[in-house]
Amino acid sequence: MIRNVNTQIIADAVKEMCIDTNYYLSEDMREAMRKSADGEKSELGRKILGQLLDNLKIAGEEMIPICQDTGMAVIFLEIGQDIHLEGMAVEEAVNEGVRAGYRDGYLRKSVVGDPLLRDNTKDNTPAVVHYSIVPGNKITITMAPKGFGSENMSRIFMLKPADGVDGVKDAVLTAVRDAGPNACPPMVIGVGIGGTFEKCAILAKKALARPVNERSEFSHIRQLEEELLESVNRLGIGPGGLGGTTTALAVNINTYPTHIAGLPVAVNICCHVNRHMIREL
Amino acid sequence: MEKYITAPVTSEKTKELQAGDYVYLSGTIYVARDAAHKRMSEALGRGEELPFDIRDSTIYYMGPSPAREGRPIGSAGPTTATRMDKYAPALLDLGQKAMIGKGKRSRDVKDAIVRNGAVYFAAVGGAGALLSKCIVKSEIVCYEDLGTEAVRRLEVRDFPVIVVIDSGGRDLYETAVREYCLI
Repeated sequence: MIRNVNTQIIADAVKEMCIDTNYYLSEDMREAMRKSADGEKSELGRKILGQLLDNLKIAGEEMIPICQDTGMAVIFLEIGQDIHLEGMAVEEAVNEGVRAGYRDGYLRKSVVGDPLLRDNTKDNTPAVVHYSIVPGNKITITMAPKGFGSENMSRIFMLKPADGVDGVKDAVLTAVRDAGPNACPPMVIGVGIGGTFEKCAILAKKALARPVNERSEFSHIRQLEEELLESVNRLGIGPGGLGGTTTALAVNINTYPTHIAGLPVAVNICCHVNRHMIREL
Repeated sequence: MEKYITAPVTSEKTKELQAGDYVYLSGTIYVARDAAHKRMSEALGRGEELPFDIRDSTIYYMGPSPAREGRPIGSAGPTTATRMDKYAPALLDLGQKAMIGKGKRSRDVKDAIVRNGAVYFAAVGGAGALLSKCIVKSEIVCYEDLGTEAVRRLEVRDFPVIVVIDSGGRDLYETAVREYCLI
């Protein structure tokens, strides 16, 4: 049964989600931060984690964005194949939502229109949109505004099949060690393994949008996620990069089939303000 | 050690600060990030004056979110200082004494800190709502067309920072991490 949908509802949802993600961190992230504050060995580290929890409280109660870098809007848009879209073009609807959300939500406009000429677009558009066509007649929007302190520290490694799982572990530890204080630890680490050059980067980005208390459905990947989290937390970087046992809150790994000749690994690092939200329309 | 200091942060004051000190800073500081640093650097290249008195100044690397009505500023946490490494030594040599940001600094910046008796403070990254509560006044000094990247003058009260690189060149990012590194 074909469902007719006016794209205005996408714009309206995107607007609300831009605002909500920037003022209220999701419960899975809050819980992970509370737990980390209890377990941190460094006194300064505990003090910083305490400030970050206070910061979340102030943000929600006084309507001040959690972080001044309210991000470039990254949106995963899943559209059911039994939907007929009407109204403005989908991409226009998404950008209309971002424009309204960043204006009415007092969010920072952090996007430049040309990467070399660097004039600010002054409305935080365009968004980065990843589309997929899925079965059914629903639209699922995943909103994940991304700050660039941590985005700048993200990496892609085109490993060889012979590098295997040890190569993957090395890649993740190298990226996190190099990121250090710049990525605003405690971090969340999204890892994509497999696919092609661009596919593994998208897998890593999507992994960041997965709740941090949900592990992979594959047992060997689940084990790798747990092992890597433990290793990362032995690096000593700690909260704010000022030493401690809480360098990351979670390692989320997504995988995809790849070529016989390759083992692509993308490490997309996010700070503790790992904003993500899903809504079904 | 906890310390309370008031800007201007002179070399007499930086001498007393050590990597690891927790400092509450009050007084007048300036805000500039990537695009403003580029413009200031270009102005110096043309032999022009800087938009504010650089001597004994503190520059906070930050780009705030918009202020709601009746408030001085929006969310206002530090941005990554590493990106200002290209510009910082020249400003330190002209008399700037303190930088507030987050993230690693280059060898050149560390050398300029020691050469000039300056200091690099970190504020907690991602605590922009909390930090904004310590800012009592904010006004644009110049480059308003840069939006969030304009140069601003702030009045801060007990703004919490940590000494990461002191005037002797000690770097807390290196020493503290070694203490907890197990691999």
